[in-house]
Amino acid sequence: MLIRRREDIKSREITDESVYLNRRRFMREAAGITTASALAAAAPGLLLPRPAAALATDPDAKGRILEGVVESPYSTDEKLNRYKDITRYNNFYEFGTGKRDPANRSGRFQPLPWKVQVLGECAKPGHYDLDDIIKPHALEERIYRLRCVEAWSMVVPWVGVPLGPVLKRFEPTSKAKYVAFRTVFRPEQMPGQRRSILDWPYVEGLRIDEAMHPLTLLAVGLYGRALPNQNGAPIRLVVPWKYGFKSIKSVVTIRFTDTQPPTTWSMQLPDEYGFYSNVNPEVDHPRWSQSKERRIGEIRKRDTLMLNGYADQVASLYSGMDLGVFF
Amino acid sequence: MNRQPLTSRALKPTIFFAALVPLALLVWNAFHDGLGANPVETITHETGSWGLRFLLLTLLVTPLRRASGWQALARVRRMLGLFAFFYICLHFLTYVVLDAYFDLHYILEDITDRTYITLGFTSFVLLVPLALTSTNAMVRRLGGRNWRRLHRLAYVAATGGVLHFIWLVKADLREPLIYLGLLLLLFLARVPAIADRLARIRGSSPGESASSARQIAT
Ligand code: HEM
Repeated sequence: MLIRRREDIKSREITDESVYLNRRRFMREAAGITTASALAAAAPGLLLPRPAAALATDPDAKGRILEGVVESPYSTDEKLNRYKDITRYNNFYEFGTGKRDPANRSGRFQPLPWKVQVLGECAKPGHYDLDDIIKPHALEERIYRLRCVEAWSMVVPWVGVPLGPVLKRFEPTSKAKYVAFRTVFRPEQMPGQRRSILDWPYVEGLRIDEAMHPLTLLAVGLYGRALPNQNGAPIRLVVPWKYGFKSIKSVVTIRFTDTQPPTTWSMQLPDEYGFYSNVNPEVDHPRWSQSKERRIGEIRKRDTLMLNGYADQVASLYSGMDLGVFF
Repeated sequence: MNRQPLTSRALKPTIFFAALVPLALLVWNAFHDGLGANPVETITHETGSWGLRFLLLTLLVTPLRRASGWQALARVRRMLGLFAFFYICLHFLTYVVLDAYFDLHYILEDITDRTYITLGFTSFVLLVPLALTSTNAMVRRLGGRNWRRLHRLAYVAATGGVLHFIWLVKADLREPLIYLGLLLLLFLARVPAIADRLARIRGSSPGESASSARQIAT
């Protein structure tokens, strides 16, 4: 079994949790060269997979445990950031502009029940319940690097489903060239929205091929638990090769469009933030350098990687484009 | 002069120890996992903010002394100025050591290419001669007039410090704009007509001004 494909090791064929856990333990013990090579064979050209091990855990993690989560070959094996740091160092201006504001001021936010409105260029628009969107797909743990435009980064074990298959169920038409997303507007629950620091509600967008890319994730959790409010509960986007602000939080609207949709930061400061906002060490922010970043938990800055280290997977999306112009 | 001798005598040591509190808190937090997820950022922000606050406090001394008539205040001005310089040195060192890792190329590029660093660095450089000429001996050597003229650079440095802050903020300008407002008030207090009015406040009755001075100073 050591040379079986990774997909075969999913929970589907497992009936009993103890058997499953035993298998995991066995896999962990057998980890190393054999597993790594098996996984490399299963997912050629992908990131180096983590050695088979339990899903990411952290003793501080809180919230509803998500069931049936499977590992993903897209995960990085880098050292994870602590739950504490991931949930207490956030940019989520809806709750305030300080890094601790989202953790401290999101207590009144009610993420459930949640509906997402789907509209625009698709055959199946409508108001969908969160479960209707997520349930038909297997939850995956995706351990991604997150690079903020402010030159810091983290490694986060997200839980979610790839966006592409979700979007396909709404049957986008041939005119669907872009996907636009919108964050909920609830000033009574989101104190940051009571001041017009940004032009609320927050909006973001992707080109349809970016949205369909297998790395693009709709996250509903982290560290195996439901997303905390400050991280974009109950459902958010994660686009790991773009600066963090593209990964819009607490999404209530998904709209298929045939023209490039407006995005909040590029409207706010068009010279500083573009529609693409791909992580790029060679294109500086007008006011600061993007060549390095500080990984949270480390002191010394490290070099920022092209497309946040996902160039092998996504560079082809931008072939022929001048990334200095389309920043 | 016989105006609250004890308060006046206690003023200097009180301010001295109070001014060390932000540093003590930083050190204590550093050893107790209290600097948050990004300690370097926290240290940069705290030292920069306290540097700016002490700079503005230093500039507040003279208008406050004039308005209150409390001459003892003059004796803490140098100390406040040196604390401003001290915190800004820590701020700059944090940048050089923890941010740039002594990478001279990186630092020079930042100073020439990043407006907010250019502004911060210029302000820092302007403060160096002020710190060096802060001793009594230097005041004598320069002569009071020249010394005062030179030390007006503190206003330029404070302006640069505020602009530096405005320039680095992403969207929420509230905090740096508060500092800008305070700085503008300090400039206003130096406009001759307004300075005269401030000086006349204490002219009313000596007893009254003494108590109001105590209120302002505490
Ligand atoms: C008079 C001189 C200076 C003053 C008053 C000053 C003040 C400040 C203030 C108030 C902040 C923002 C704190 C916050 O956000 O809470 C700040 C941030 C910063 N300062 Fe300064 N500063 C000065 C000089 C410098 C110099 C010389 C450098 C480096 C060469 C520097 C580098 C920085 C950096 C890197 C930040 C943080 C930027 C960020 O978070 O993105 N500053 N400074």
